[in-house]
This record gives sequence, C-alpha cells and structure tokens, in this order.
Amino acid sequence: MAQASGQQHPISIYMWIWGLLFVFSFFSYMVDYLDFQGLMRWSLILLFMFLKAGFIVGIFMHMAWERLALKMVILGPPVALCVLIALMVIEADYTFLTRIVFFGEGAALPVHH
Amino acid sequence: MPEAALTDTGDILPEGTRGVVADFSADKQTFQVPWGKAMMWIFLLSDTFIFGCFLTSYMTVRMSARDAWPVPSEVFALSFGGEPIPLILIAIMTFILISSSGTMAMAVNMGYRKERNKTFWLMLATAAFGVMFVSMQVFEWTKLIVDEGVRPWSNPMGAAQFGSTFFMITGFHGLHVSAGVIYLITIASRVKRGFYEKRGGNYEIVEITGLYWHFVDLVWVFIFALFYLW
Repeated sequence: MAQASGQQHPISIYMWIWGLLFVFSFFSYMVDYLDFQGLMRWSLILLFMFLKAGFIVGIFMHMAWERLALKMVILGPPVALCVLIALMVIEADYTFLTRIVFFGEGAALPVHH
Repeated sequence: MPEAALTDTGDILPEGTRGVVADFSADKQTFQVPWGKAMMWIFLLSDTFIFGCFLTSYMTVRMSARDAWPVPSEVFALSFGGEPIPLILIAIMTFILISSSGTMAMAVNMGYRKERNKTFWLMLATAAFGVMFVSMQVFEWTKLIVDEGVRPWSNPMGAAQFGSTFFMITGFHGLHVSAGVIYLITIASRVKRGFYEKRGGNYEIVEITGLYWHFVDLVWVFIFALFYLW
C-alpha cells in the first residue's frame, strides 16, 4: 500500500492550527459583539470563515499532504456551487423586485403565509 | 512538500500535474490512499453539495424576503442575570466544536503512533464535546420554539422564512453531529478492544472517522458565518 506510514505529522502543527482556529473564531465573534456593519462586517466574516475552512481542510483533514489527483477531484466540484449562487442571486433579486411591485414596500398590506 | 508516493510495486510516482496524469492513466486504482478514505472523501463531497444547496436556498430566501429578516445577534442573545449578551450560546457552541476538532486531530495522530489507550480517550473526549454541542442545540431549539414561538411558517420577529431555513439547516447539521457521536463511540470501542490489532495494527479508520468529524466542524464554520453572523 502506498504511504504505509499514513498521515504522520508532528503534534506541534496540530496545536498551532488548533490555537489559530480559536483565535479566528474569537475574532469572528468579535465582529458581531463590536457590532461592525456594512462592508467591514461581511468582508471580515468571509475572511475568517475561509481562513478557518482552509486550515481545517488543509491541516486537520490532511488535504495539504494528499496527491494533486485527490485534491482536484474533491476540491474542484464544489466550485460549481459558485454558478448556482450567482444564478440564485439573480433569481432572488428578481423575486424581491416582483414582490415590491405587486405587494408594495413594508408590511402595509396583509402578508399571506 | 509531500513525500514521494510509491505504487504497490515500489515505483516512484511523479508529483504535480504529471502526477495527476499518471494517477488517472495508470490502468489501476487512481487514488494512492486506502479505499475507505477515498470513499469517505467522495461521501463528504456529496454532503458538501447538500449543505451547499441548503445554504444557497437560505441566501435566496433571505434576499427575496420583503419583511425584515430577524437579527440573529438579538434572536440568539442570552442573559445571565444581567444585560443579554449577543449570540453567546452560539459562540460557546462554536468553541466546543473547535475543541472537539482538536481532540479528534490528536486522536488520529495517536492512532498512527499505535497508542491505543490515548486514541480511545481522545475519541471519547471528541464524542463528549459532540454530545455537549447537541445538548446546547436542543436547549436553543426549545427556547426558540417554546419561549419565542418560532415556527417553520412564521415567527414574531420578522420574515416568515427565518424559521424554515433555521430548522432545516441547523437540524440537518445537528443530525450529522449526532451520527458522528455514534460513529466515534463505535470506532473508539473497537480501538479499545484491540479490534484493529488483529488486522495488522492498521489505524487508518481513525483518520477516516476524523475526516467525517472535521467535516461536521467545517460545515458549522459556514453556518456560523453565513446564518448567525451575517
């Protein structure tokens, strides 16, 4: 079997990443606690989200040490979700505008659930 | 740099894009990892799409809602006698899940060192964190349903779609955590019993279990950022 030794790495690297994940989580909580709004808010949320996700997949799930074939097969397909997200943003904008046109702004009209 | 991978016959495989071509054109197994690990990755890929679809539909529904979306920071605030602290329960849940990810990573490491006892206890600690997480989620759901009257079709705070997306996304994630706890306890007890010693001391299963558990944590990273913080 290839790589009979498996994924063996020094413990210190896990400790470092563990610590970093705590720090990033604390920072992302602070974004809410300190009540950042607008561009600052969502850019910081996304930054910490992708940093955390990257470290979990790369180090904890050992993807950084896998062969490129596996990396491409696992990390490639989720990129297709970007297309779905883009399409749904357009769709949601259209739905929202349609609702404004037919029901008006705010809760002045009765809402049918 | 990854150490040079070897085939069954001891040939050295090329790295990089040449390696990709070699792996896919070798007329034999493509991935130089145990089949169980490759299959877990494929399963996690499919799960990525499920959660990806959930989160995308949440985005669509939130963007197109005419009524104001309830502010998660206030909805999930908790008061310990004094002023309510925004989002505190969710923050604690996040830290618990990250702690569990750390103990899991250590369990995988100890497994490869063939330290059975340490592996067992670290996996059990991971499962215990998982149980804590699910318990807090039960508390959160109860509070929302009983005290605040949030339903999948309506809620007193704002846009009606809030309830359905919340229950769907966190519910499906909670289900994953619960399944993960059962999975962890099963494998941990086998490690303890020496089940894998009889199979040549192969502890790759601990890493495969770890992949699932880290994925659950990974999904929470996205839910925390996109649902609770946004």
